[in-house]
Amino acid sequence: MSQVLETGAVDGGGAHDRPAHLAHHFDTPEQQFETAKLGMWVFLVTEILFFSGLFCAYAVFRANNPEIFLYGHAFLDKTLGAANTIILITSSFTMAWAVRCAQIGARKGLIINLILTFVCAAGFMGIKAVEYSQKVEHGLLWGNKFNPEVHAVEGSGSGAEAAAAHVEEPPVGAHIFFGIYFGMTGLHGLHVLIGMGLILWLLIRAMKGHFGPGYFTPVDIVGLYWHLVDLIWIFLFPLLYLIH
Amino acid sequence: MTSIPVPGESARPVATDAGERNYLTAGRGLASWLFTVDHKRIAILYMIGICSTFMLGGIFAMLVRIEHWSPGATITDSGETYNRWFTLHGAIMTFLVLVPSIPAILGNFALPLMLGAKDVAFPRLNLLSFYLWLIGAVGFVCVLFLGGIDTGWTFYTPYSTTTATKVGLAGLGAFILGFSSILTGVNFLVTIHKMRHPGMGWFKMPLFLWSLYATAIIQIVATPVVGITLLLLVVERTMGLGIFDPALGGDPVLFQHFFWFYSHPVVYVMILPGMGIISELISIYSRKHIFGYSFIAWSSIAIALFGFLVWGHHLFVSTQSAVMSTIFSLLTFSVSIPSAIKVFNWLATMYRGSIRLTTPMIYALSFLFLFGIGGLTGLFLGTLSVDMHLHDTYFIVAHFHYTMMGSTLIALIGGIHHWWPKMFGRMYNEAVGRLAAVLTFVGFNATFIPQFLMGSRGMPRRYYNYPLEFEFLHRASTVGSFILALGLFMAAYNLIASLFHGKKVPDNPCGGASLEWQTTSPPHLHNFEKPPVLTDPYDMEDLYWDEETGGYRSRSVEGASGGS
Repeated sequence: MSQVLETGAVDGGGAHDRPAHLAHHFDTPEQQFETAKLGMWVFLVTEILFFSGLFCAYAVFRANNPEIFLYGHAFLDKTLGAANTIILITSSFTMAWAVRCAQIGARKGLIINLILTFVCAAGFMGIKAVEYSQKVEHGLLWGNKFNPEVHAVEGSGSGAEAAAAHVEEPPVGAHIFFGIYFGMTGLHGLHVLIGMGLILWLLIRAMKGHFGPGYFTPVDIVGLYWHLVDLIWIFLFPLLYLIH
Repeated sequence: MTSIPVPGESARPVATDAGERNYLTAGRGLASWLFTVDHKRIAILYMIGICSTFMLGGIFAMLVRIEHWSPGATITDSGETYNRWFTLHGAIMTFLVLVPSIPAILGNFALPLMLGAKDVAFPRLNLLSFYLWLIGAVGFVCVLFLGGIDTGWTFYTPYSTTTATKVGLAGLGAFILGFSSILTGVNFLVTIHKMRHPGMGWFKMPLFLWSLYATAIIQIVATPVVGITLLLLVVERTMGLGIFDPALGGDPVLFQHFFWFYSHPVVYVMILPGMGIISELISIYSRKHIFGYSFIAWSSIAIALFGFLVWGHHLFVSTQSAVMSTIFSLLTFSVSIPSAIKVFNWLATMYRGSIRLTTPMIYALSFLFLFGIGGLTGLFLGTLSVDMHLHDTYFIVAHFHYTMMGSTLIALIGGIHHWWPKMFGRMYNEAVGRLAAVLTFVGFNATFIPQFLMGSRGMPRRYYNYPLEFEFLHRASTVGSFILALGLFMAAYNLIASLFHGKKVPDNPCGGASLEWQTTSPPHLHNFEKPPVLTDPYDMEDLYWDEETGGYRSRSVEGASGGS
């Protein structure tokens, strides 16, 4: 790549007054920013469609077998789910604030908000880990790993009181709910992890002072991504935890 | 002197004159190719990769055809080996060749040039797309050496969740290839939105770009769905997720819905860019302005949108309700309207044009004929009652080969011939090129017309054995496939030979009016040495033949530079 860039510099003629972050193939920083932003929006469309397969599977199975969902959802801990919802919404707020700080060149505010966002994301994953380990403990897993009788009856501890009544006779195919639960929240969790990596990257760059009113594109588009991750959870929470 | 380095070739003397610097000579050595972010070089990387996998897929096609020379055992006595052959042929051709083919090779090369831009919007993402493609390709080659897969390229559950062959790895490979396709789509869509030459409105773009835009929409909207589907399939196999596997209470028909929600639109990912190329070729080699520009442009978008609503016609015999099948059948017919609009406009463009039977034009005419057959037989299959008879027969096989091979790949090869002088600054041998084009056309029809006949008489697809009554037709098809292979090899030889012996060409050897013909052949590293002059991409009257340089020149470009 260095070779190509070098030769590019030779041909680049009057490139002296161009800002360092402006790539050679753009005319103005505005064009570059608009392009990056559109690219991110389009990418987010693909993300939504990526999740849509799972939402569609959810709809099909729930329409055909509502009893599976009524049975399964009772094992999910509403308190932890609600806490995670609040945490993610808070993180979206700090992310939006971080973007604003980058735009006005408030470096300290940017760093603080990015750290807060990262902490929220880590908190979300921590709570998710607690929830997952409870499911694993009770054998409430997907497909051929589903084995609720063994553990759930004896040790129906935290958050599964309501479930105890159901435990004796799970409906046929009850594992499908947990397959969908782990599929959806797992894919979402993966996106949170990727988002954490991106926020860390932003944080390092922010500390190096890369961002300011003239250039804040990465903060802006990671922010968009983060809001989408938040938004997907806002749909997952009621669909999985709050079923009647 | 302009030299033509290919990857892996050792360095030749560097061109010192700045005026001679083009994208091929700027930057030397293997690393300058493997880490390039130049869209033109990425196009060439793709061309080498896709042509290699095309040959690999072709080898399996030939094995299938040779096996059918006689009923029973010909070169293998194992039906399971045969299953692997046709699966690898289909999977390699679909995921590695057809889906990326035209956008990745010719789209990458021509799109920024046609827009008058310096590169695509996200050059590094473009390189990432290529490497994702490469990883997917390596995955498929691993599958090949680990014993292959035998599910058919469609990976239908429950067989795909239970077979012992390497479906997991192949599914993962296709998943990664999907991301390559998505990122290319995002890149092209954003480039067309944001990087157009100042003054180039949407309806001043060449039609190839409209078709790439429509393609990008499908890549963006449909591909993620197959991504999650394949991921679920892999998870189903490795961890027993239970969503598709009926043994666990899952729904195998749901897999078919998901799969075809992507895989039907994706046939338009394959065909739309081909149609875009044909719009260019027909106008340029008829020396006439394209007829019905806005109809062709909008019909691309219409095909992209209608294409999303017809996936159910793959499930006419898969427990789909009669009402749904009827609706999908009706919607299927709707796609034929924009397709026919294109064909009639191409014919109207040729009418009273000054048709040059150059190599690309012969491919374009082949396309019209083959796409006509492929498209019209699609209507048979969209008809419910007829489909009950023809479903899963060789009729289907012939139908989609007419559209995929006979249309998409013929358009690709025609397009490669058309842009070859621009890519490498050299002209291939015209006589050999024409002969190869004609052989390909003859061989293609000889291969697949017998398959239409067999299919309508009840020969099922994906069968290792067959009754003696089909022997003649199978043999005719096999003979045709050898003629087809000969034509393809001849074209490849002709193009490669031109790199070493081809005559040098001027900026505009074939008389195109779109912007890429205003730059040098091969183009400057940053595409245009001076900003291109915006012209009507189909105004053939603006161009005149210049005997001295042996190419065309544009009056309006000369007028603009003379005035400044």
